[in-house]
Amino acid sequence: MNVAVAKTGSGRAVSDLFASAEGRLPGSLAVVAVRREAFETYERLGLPHRRIEEWKYTDLRALVGEVLPLAAAPDAAALSRAADAVKAHAFAGASKLVLVDGVFAADLSDVKALPSGVSVTTLREALDKSADLLTTASADAVISLNAAMATDGVVLSIADGAQLSAPVQIIHVATVPSASNFTRSQVRIGKGARPTIIESFVAAGAGAYQVNDAVLVSIGDDADVAYIRLMDDAADAVNITSQFVTVGANVKLNYFNMTSGGAVSRLQGFITFAGEGSELSLNGVNLLKKTEHGDLSLVVDHAVPNCMSRETFRAVIDDRGHSVFQGRIIVRPDAQKTDGKMMTRALLLSDEAEADNKPELEIFADDVSCGHGATAGALDDSLLFYLKARGLPEKQAQALLIQAFVGEAIEQIADDDLREHVIGLAERWLERRS
Amino acid sequence: MALLEVKDLKVRVEEREILHGLTLTVNEGEIHAIMGPNGSGKSTLSHVIAGKPGYEVTDGQILFKGEDLLEMDPEERAARGVFLAFQYPVEIPGVATMTFLRTALNAQRKARGESEYSTPDFLKKVREVSKSLNIPQDMLKRGVNVGFSGGEKKRNEVLQMALFEPSLCILDEMDSGLDIDALRIAADGVNALRSPKRAMVVITHYQRLLNYIVPDFVHVMSKGRVVKSGGKELALELEESGYAQFEDAA
Amino acid sequence: MPAVQETVERVKRIDVDQYRYGFETLIDSEKAPKGLSEEIVKFISQKKNEPAWMLQWRLEAYRRWLTMTEPTWARVEYPKIDFQDIYYYAAPKPKKSVTSLDEIDPEILKTYEKLGIPLREVAMLEGVEPKVGEEDPARRKIAVDAVFDSVSVATTFKAELKKAGVIFMPISEAIREHPELVQKYLGSVVPTSDNFYATLNSAVFSDGSFVYVPPGVRCPMELSTYFRINERNTGQFERTLIIADKGSYVSYLEGCTAPQRDENQLHAAVVELVALDDAEIKYSTVQNWYPGNSEGKGGIYNFVTKRGDCRGNHSKISWTQVETGSAITWKYPSCILRGDNSRGEFYSIAISNGFQQVDSGTKMIHLGKNTSSRIISKGIAAGKSQNTYRGLVTAHRKATGARNFTACDSLLIGDKCGAHTVPYIEAKNSSATFEHEATTSKISEDVLFYCIQRGLSQEEAVGLVVNGFVKDVLQQLPMEFAVEAQKLISISLEGSVG
Repeated sequence: MNVAVAKTGSGRAVSDLFASAEGRLPGSLAVVAVRREAFETYERLGLPHRRIEEWKYTDLRALVGEVLPLAAAPDAAALSRAADAVKAHAFAGASKLVLVDGVFAADLSDVKALPSGVSVTTLREALDKSADLLTTASADAVISLNAAMATDGVVLSIADGAQLSAPVQIIHVATVPSASNFTRSQVRIGKGARPTIIESFVAAGAGAYQVNDAVLVSIGDDADVAYIRLMDDAADAVNITSQFVTVGANVKLNYFNMTSGGAVSRLQGFITFAGEGSELSLNGVNLLKKTEHGDLSLVVDHAVPNCMSRETFRAVIDDRGHSVFQGRIIVRPDAQKTDGKMMTRALLLSDEAEADNKPELEIFADDVSCGHGATAGALDDSLLFYLKARGLPEKQAQALLIQAFVGEAIEQIADDDLREHVIGLAERWLERRS
Repeated sequence: MALLEVKDLKVRVEEREILHGLTLTVNEGEIHAIMGPNGSGKSTLSHVIAGKPGYEVTDGQILFKGEDLLEMDPEERAARGVFLAFQYPVEIPGVATMTFLRTALNAQRKARGESEYSTPDFLKKVREVSKSLNIPQDMLKRGVNVGFSGGEKKRNEVLQMALFEPSLCILDEMDSGLDIDALRIAADGVNALRSPKRAMVVITHYQRLLNYIVPDFVHVMSKGRVVKSGGKELALELEESGYAQFEDAA
Repeated sequence: MPAVQETVERVKRIDVDQYRYGFETLIDSEKAPKGLSEEIVKFISQKKNEPAWMLQWRLEAYRRWLTMTEPTWARVEYPKIDFQDIYYYAAPKPKKSVTSLDEIDPEILKTYEKLGIPLREVAMLEGVEPKVGEEDPARRKIAVDAVFDSVSVATTFKAELKKAGVIFMPISEAIREHPELVQKYLGSVVPTSDNFYATLNSAVFSDGSFVYVPPGVRCPMELSTYFRINERNTGQFERTLIIADKGSYVSYLEGCTAPQRDENQLHAAVVELVALDDAEIKYSTVQNWYPGNSEGKGGIYNFVTKRGDCRGNHSKISWTQVETGSAITWKYPSCILRGDNSRGEFYSIAISNGFQQVDSGTKMIHLGKNTSSRIISKGIAAGKSQNTYRGLVTAHRKATGARNFTACDSLLIGDKCGAHTVPYIEAKNSSATFEHEATTSKISEDVLFYCIQRGLSQEEAVGLVVNGFVKDVLQQLPMEFAVEAQKLISISLEGSVG
């Protein structure tokens, strides 16, 4: 992309995006410099496209075209609409932290009644002190753009040893149509802590909005963490989330993502084992219909020995949906005794559905046991016939088999209530389908 | 009264005619055995009655309780009382047997306009039947037929037969892959379901099964037709002389 | 010390310089000046007495090539190649036109004898049947086309093949003698614009084999080409074209070696296969180019484009490769499954040791209905080598009923090497059924111990495990080749395998 004159499809100059937003972006002078530099990186690279290997199957230039201008900060009406959406999507008993149109909404959040061991500030506040939260180990165009444009985010800290009885839920609500939300959050989980974190993306009446979210997660030694992400955006929304997770020693992490909405969505996760003896269960479900495009791209970096990772991914694709799964397992030269497995399966319900799988192994140590499996195909006719011969109508027979199919990923969620909650969301998607 | 009437049925699979005009009438309360060598079209008949896709009926009729069965979807046939015990019951990972049984039973009841079973009633009924068939409770928690032995799969079929209370049971090669003990348990389960209102069509290659499930009528199939019908003694005759004598008759 | 550890120690001490085919043949040769230009392209074409259309074809490729850049996506690293510092044409200086083996430079014949390639099947060549008991009657005849640097020096059994209607000759001859076939099929599978190296090959290829099997003919013997790079600083650019007409069958074998040299040499071949209705082509390769020495110096850059087109219904193309040589391997023998009910197969053993880098795999492109493909890939990495499997399986929207099964397994020997798997799996219609599995592991200590406890030496035990690991693929090779391949695998892993 040519820097100086780069224009988007609608004729807007790319640089206007930053120039028009700059006044609203929080941070000291030092932060402004970091943002400028990040934006220049984005301007130089432009939106990722299919010739960038990591974005081969999710060509944002073709799918999205241009980045929309920043959403206005929410007014009272927006907050009231958001409050209704929060009520509808809140997980019972969870402490809620709400971001509306890219701005932390204290009034909708449970900041005053946080469980002990949980503390929350905002990105806005953190940027007053330093620009640290704007830098990441690696940054592609969308991550750089996020660093340049992030308006706010949650800075969540779970103290060492904190045993939380209820989840903490971060809810992103979009109320402004045809605008962008840039958020960047940090989740720090202390040593030996036992939290459950939920992140939900929902719309309150808005359509055709764009989300560019970044989350920096660090998990201390001996922690036992459940992390659930539910991407249930409006049907015509775009959601690109980048998540960096650093895992300490002897950690148990149970991670799950489900995409059941949004015209274009991508979760790119970069998970690094920084301490030995940790176990990661990493699971995902894409439920796609119409022309929806859902992409789960995970890089699991076994940088130290003696860690285990298990990935289970299921995609159900109807109509002209397009599902992408890219899973890369890296085993560094010293990461002996690594045990990494990945299984991805796609179910195509229509002749025009598409599933692209790229499960990758990159292995530099010899004493390892790594593998992956991938399948793609339609519902098994003999199973369907068996169910029909037992009296189930076509759609019900399909639904039962689809539930069983995605169940293989959902059942990896350890917490009973959460699992039921996710099953409920999947069932709702199936009902909408028929 | 005639429950099932198959009239001059001609069936093709991928351009090849398998059944060349088969006629068979089964009345309520009767047990019919259909015997024949491999490739005679026995299983094709069972699949066509149940409505399995991939078969093209080019001529003839199948009436069930006087209605045209061929016009109905497989699930509609099931709801009206047609039950096929599969020769090779499929494995359905991820669908617990219990969930499957309840979903299927309620779907059939709903299609018939009946109320759904209450959970306690349903559980009670499953427990009773599974006990009589020697099916352990933990088997019901597993995925349908997943990791079941050959005998367990067949018992699971009989369990469903008992739960769904169909008026026509078609047992397709129920004895295949079973040892004598497993066969006896399954056959006892089937015999317990004999009733004046229910008919059964037992498809088998060997006479052995008919020692346990004693038929009223025996039909010999060869090359897509019924070539001889008779009483249960016909099965014994076949055991002695084999199928060869019928190959030419066809 | 655990057995595996000891094996690793042995591997570290491997002297890759043991390459057994590293000798040089001292003969007079004729070379074009170094570098590449339109003049060189014209020179090659003129040397080959080519018709005008062929020169035109080459020049178009050359002009296209000038606009292209080298691909960088493969997981291989090497210094930039100076394409002006390579000889694009070298040929043994002919004393006169060669009509029989006796007139070939005896040094070249000796070379092939040393390599164990039977160019002098004299008795058979002249149709004299071996006396009973003199020769193993089970031994099958293999017709050989020997390519020395840039030219074909001998093709055996031509007469017998001719009787069956099979055309097997150097492609340079085919261009002159069968222009209609060459014009129809050359570049129809790998177009001149396909990729950087294929385009370069199109401009400068000097020789290679041409095979045409007429309708309904089952080729009466295995066909084989043996490639030898001898000259210093020379690129080898051979071009192979095999056409199996309707209902025919052919099995083709390819072997390669080169002398040991300190500098890297470029080998950029193109192989095109065309299978028409109901035809089958089986293509087997044992690639043993010089891999470089124990410091990673020298060795062949093997940048090869191989592609088969299952153009007809019910056609079948099967690739089997045993890759043990080259400093860098960049090759993806592929199948375009265009005809309905066509089938593609890829069986591969890729072994890397020392500083070798392998980036190899296949593409199965399902276009026709009810097409099926099967991929079995076995990668073994030892020493400080990097071994990557890269494969694409794609079923297009109209390729209903497409099926693929892929199994790619990697074995690591030692902790200084890398084994990588990069599959691309694209299902674009619901009736496609794809199954893919991959594993990476090292040789199990338990298995080794079990074998050693039963009396095997460590090397024998490792050999046993490795042979078991690659068995599925070796079985795909014609018998004579399988034995050679098995020996080669042992040599390649010398130090770790007895």
